Amino acid sequence: MEHLELFFKSIFIDNMVFATFLGMCSYLAVSKKVSTAVGLGAAVIFVLAVTVPLNWLLDQYILRDGALAWLGPEYADYDLSFLSFILFIATIATMVQLVEIVVEKFSPSLYNSLGIFLPLIAVNCAILGGSLFMQSRDIQSLGLAFNYGVSSGIGWFLAILAIAAIREKIRYSNVPAPLRGLGITFIITGLMAIGFMSFGGMLTGGDEEEETTPVAEVAPVEMIKEVSDELVSTTNEKEE
Amino acid sequence: MGLLSKKDQKLILDPLADDNPITIQVLGICSALAITAQLKASIVMSISVLFVLGVGNVVISLMRNIIPSKIRIIVQLIVVATLVIIVDQVLKAYAYELSKELSVFVGLIITNCIIMGRFEAFALGNGPWRSFLDGIGNALGYGVILIIVGFFRELLGSGTLLGFKVLGDPIEKTGLYAIGYENNGFMLLSPMALIVVGLIIWVQRSRNKALIEEH
Repeated sequence: MEHLELFFKSIFIDNMVFATFLGMCSYLAVSKKVSTAVGLGAAVIFVLAVTVPLNWLLDQYILRDGALAWLGPEYADYDLSFLSFILFIATIATMVQLVEIVVEKFSPSLYNSLGIFLPLIAVNCAILGGSLFMQSRDIQSLGLAFNYGVSSGIGWFLAILAIAAIREKIRYSNVPAPLRGLGITFIITGLMAIGFMSFGGMLTGGDEEEETTPVAEVAPVEMIKEVSDELVSTTNEKEE
Repeated sequence: MGLLSKKDQKLILDPLADDNPITIQVLGICSALAITAQLKASIVMSISVLFVLGVGNVVISLMRNIIPSKIRIIVQLIVVATLVIIVDQVLKAYAYELSKELSVFVGLIITNCIIMGRFEAFALGNGPWRSFLDGIGNALGYGVILIIVGFFRELLGSGTLLGFKVLGDPIEKTGLYAIGYENNGFMLLSPMALIVVGLIIWVQRSRNKALIEEH
């Protein structure tokens, strides 16, 4: 159940592109054709599935506060979490290189379809973002970390597939000249993101309202203040 | 600017408009959009990128002759990651609230395409001084867009600028609110960042026809 929930949540609610804007650069640059978009999307799923669990292990056993306790009691109060950026990115860069070599050796056909995208992926924000969100959301087990990697990869894949399909079709529409290309892609992505926000209520069983918009957060406080101000003023009037 | 030659001036001024990293080169969008709901966050983010890109460009440019080209991406990533750790630690020490608000997006400066893009395209082939100017120019170009987006989103979304209530008080109905103006809460939602950038691109390309793309 936990797994299923995380799975749907990462694909639809916390979709990397539409909710957190991760990997926008390659999302915009490589979405001109559906076939290349599929290649890059598949490579992202693959790399996320490898790097998120790896970085989870790193975080759990080396980086977080007290994680070095397994070395002995004298190491228990080390907190190396400030090193997480550099270790995560180093893991990602080496894994991408390694994956590239392995895929080239064992599956040349897969390499031909994924190969050119792999170096691009090392600097894709979605990959590092996956690891950093894994850390900040405090994912509990290795299995869940793997699940998180795969499902957020699938979410990214869906997003790039959708925009690539739309961009192939929009070529036949009469878009205002200054908006052509980049501009209209931004606006379409914005509209798609609004659409994806409607998934927000999918998993909330009532108790799990997370990361509501600032409007919703601010409004009740203001209302309370308003009400209390009124109360104060009315009581003051009564006293007078 | 007597200090800088014509060519050097171009390095700084071009990215501000006609060669803008966000709207023309399509770099560094990832972090640009997520944190622009507040003007303050946009400014802090721009300053962080200014520091990382300025210093990083110089470092890479100084090392450009000794980096083996096969592993240059890893070397670049390590340089950026080090600089970003410095920024992150400084923010945590002096602006803790803000660093909580920016959350992972400070870390994501590492994979901000703008930085790798400038390293690859400029710092690897030019001397330190010119690379520094290029870094500053591009970071400023990035900052300008961030600040424009942040300005409109905060002004229209919550009626404030940097936390000051410039349009009057929505609760006590002063200023614009007295004549029935309402905040557009929609502007605070993340999809609006994309649409605002789309509109900026529209305005920019209508003014400069040379930038228009053929689909």
